[in-house]
Amino acid sequence: MLDWHDPRAFVRTVAKKSGEGARFCGLFASPVAEGTRLVAVLSHAGPFMAEATLVPEGAEGFPALTPTVPAAAWYEREIKDLFGLEPFGHPRTDPLVLPLLPGAVPPRPGSGAQLPPAEIDTSPLPAHVQGEGVFTLSYGPVRSSVFESVEYLVETPGERIPHLRARVFYKHRGMESRFCGLSLADGALLAERYEGVASVAHAIAYCSALESIAGAEVPPAAGLVRVLHAELERVANHLDSVLRHAEGAGQAVAAARFANHKERLQRLRADLSGSRFGRGVVVPGGVSGAPNAAGLPVHAVMSSLDRLEERIREDLNLLTATPSFVDRLRGTGVLPAELARARAAVGPVGRGSGQVEDVRSSRPYGAYESLGRLEVEDRVTGDALARQYVRADEIPDAFHLCRQALDGLEALGPSPVVGWSVEIGPVTGEALGWAEAPQGELLYLVSAKDGRLVRVKPRSASFHNLALFMAAFPKDILTDFAFIEASFGLSMAGVAG
Amino acid sequence: MPWVTRGLREGIVTTRYPRRSDGYGASFEGHVVCASGATGDEVEAAAAACPTGAIALEAAGARLDRGSCILCGRCCDIAPRSFHFEPGFETAALRRRALVVPAGEGDDKTITEAREQLRERVKGLRRSVHLRHVDAGSDGSEEWEIAALTGPIYDIHRLGVFFSASPRHADVLLVTGAGTAGMQASLRLTYEAMPSPKVVIAVGTDAVSGGLVGGTYASGQGVAGTVPVDVFVPGSPPSPFGILHGILLAVGLVGEAPGGAVSGPSRDQAEEREGMAS
Repeated sequence: MLDWHDPRAFVRTVAKKSGEGARFCGLFASPVAEGTRLVAVLSHAGPFMAEATLVPEGAEGFPALTPTVPAAAWYEREIKDLFGLEPFGHPRTDPLVLPLLPGAVPPRPGSGAQLPPAEIDTSPLPAHVQGEGVFTLSYGPVRSSVFESVEYLVETPGERIPHLRARVFYKHRGMESRFCGLSLADGALLAERYEGVASVAHAIAYCSALESIAGAEVPPAAGLVRVLHAELERVANHLDSVLRHAEGAGQAVAAARFANHKERLQRLRADLSGSRFGRGVVVPGGVSGAPNAAGLPVHAVMSSLDRLEERIREDLNLLTATPSFVDRLRGTGVLPAELARARAAVGPVGRGSGQVEDVRSSRPYGAYESLGRLEVEDRVTGDALARQYVRADEIPDAFHLCRQALDGLEALGPSPVVGWSVEIGPVTGEALGWAEAPQGELLYLVSAKDGRLVRVKPRSASFHNLALFMAAFPKDILTDFAFIEASFGLSMAGVAG
Repeated sequence: MPWVTRGLREGIVTTRYPRRSDGYGASFEGHVVCASGATGDEVEAAAAACPTGAIALEAAGARLDRGSCILCGRCCDIAPRSFHFEPGFETAALRRRALVVPAGEGDDKTITEAREQLRERVKGLRRSVHLRHVDAGSDGSEEWEIAALTGPIYDIHRLGVFFSASPRHADVLLVTGAGTAGMQASLRLTYEAMPSPKVVIAVGTDAVSGGLVGGTYASGQGVAGTVPVDVFVPGSPPSPFGILHGILLAVGLVGEAPGGAVSGPSRDQAEEREGMAS
């Protein structure tokens, strides 16, 4: 599966392929006996391409990809933090996820080393922008309202934002180290907590990597249950984004109504799975059982879905016809299409800027293959409104997929003959799993030995897209910040790891 | 204008809790119960399978630490006679030890003491309570559940409870996450910036004990080592009702109620408060 190169040829190959139109999906480091292995994952029409190189033991670093493949910028900074390897030629190598004090031992997740609590350096960063009246606004990590912790360094002369930096390390939990040595079943529980608002997508991506190591086929009924929960999760996340926009725009009634819709959806998810976040549903090899924790008949679930969809549709239509709302979003936070392409933006952020990628449709996994091709629509204006429209279009699609999944389950009968899951034995191997999370393409590189996890590297869409957040401010002022942040819809837990 | 009519058409969706019990909240299976005197091979297998080691095998029977439990339900599948999910959300406690069920000897006494001390401290917070939230490494789901409290269904404003933008105006600190290395200083500073009297609530299993993510070089093992925690709200994540119960418990508006009953004087106080706010 891996194409090996020496470090210089690795840079040339990845740069050439991405120059030829392959999409850069991520750079993954793993400790191996001879040093550290780097794998660049690229996407084109066929299967994922994985280019690999070895940074030998004792080497201080590796030639950076970033000068030729800008989308690798954050990945190489992360590798520097976690593996202590310097990306030579990288334009900016200040710490991203773990600012260790000088001389501290990097954690090297996957090496199995037990490390003492990290001592980190949280001192302020020097300003980048010089000029009369320019000051740095340190926004975070504790911010007004209920937010996840992140610090934005806003360098501004007062209104415009010529330069923005994010410091994301505050929430770094060392999740990749936590995976090491866990059983396959416990790994699914941890994956659900990597980015808690996308628990289902994370569990699916993680489990599908294991299933491809084992060569196992998930029972059809289990595939449908996964689709049902993943699509409900998508609607919940999109409603959260709409809710934040409405709050930001001072649309009190709209905000209250969307909060109400979201709560009803969370309750429906709890009725179906026992968890308001669909946790415990997806297990390696299938799902834990039928989607009726509360014993609801299929037609009752179906009519709840219909009612909810109708109410959401009415309110979305009214919201997009409310000028005082739309005017705040139009032209705000423009992510230019060329930049979105060059930096391989994923999810609604990418689709708002002309990137049609949606792995449910481009490389369908699980039951998405049988549910019919999804029409992925993109918008080209790249502003907060475009991203909002992308989400608004995805909500009815998600409901449609839920109904299809329920129809399929009803056709299979109450207790399908093949069961809800297949056994995944004590497997050994490595594979890539993927899913389309509400935030975008999610990847899991999973390596297991005799049924224990050796190295798990999740790559959330939030991590991939947050690097682009800084580029969406050229024409905007401080009061637009909340809209741009809500329109990206990212989770800091998924960024910091 | 269309928004106004649409809003009015909806009618009242807000819960009456804590004035009345809430039908949905009471039916939500929010915690695992451990039978007293649970022993045997099944129970041992359940303890071994627990991903967070929340089940301790003691001579008098197994005990479950709800402060470590992530509600995966594995023990309920392995040993259904000893462990089962039960409806109810009033799981918050004033002492870390009180989250271990069934209760051990002497636990009742320390809880009574804790309640008295807290009541004395919060008696100045009768009419309005301001909350400040700090994320110390959550997975993001706890923030959704806390934010839901300001929505129309839970609407904590009716109880005189508000979120505050600044810790300097806050009485209650809600902390989520296991207490990451990166958040230690910020969490401490936020706590110190709050005026006294102040109350700290650890929201969620991660904040209580570290849960499944705790114990790495950066994740932390609960926030009690950084700030003094007064109320522990278990759950991964806890439901909005569970968090609401924790807040009301912190300011003395409801009692601790493993059985789900709200104690007498507190209920009157809650009614009085709701009357005033509306």
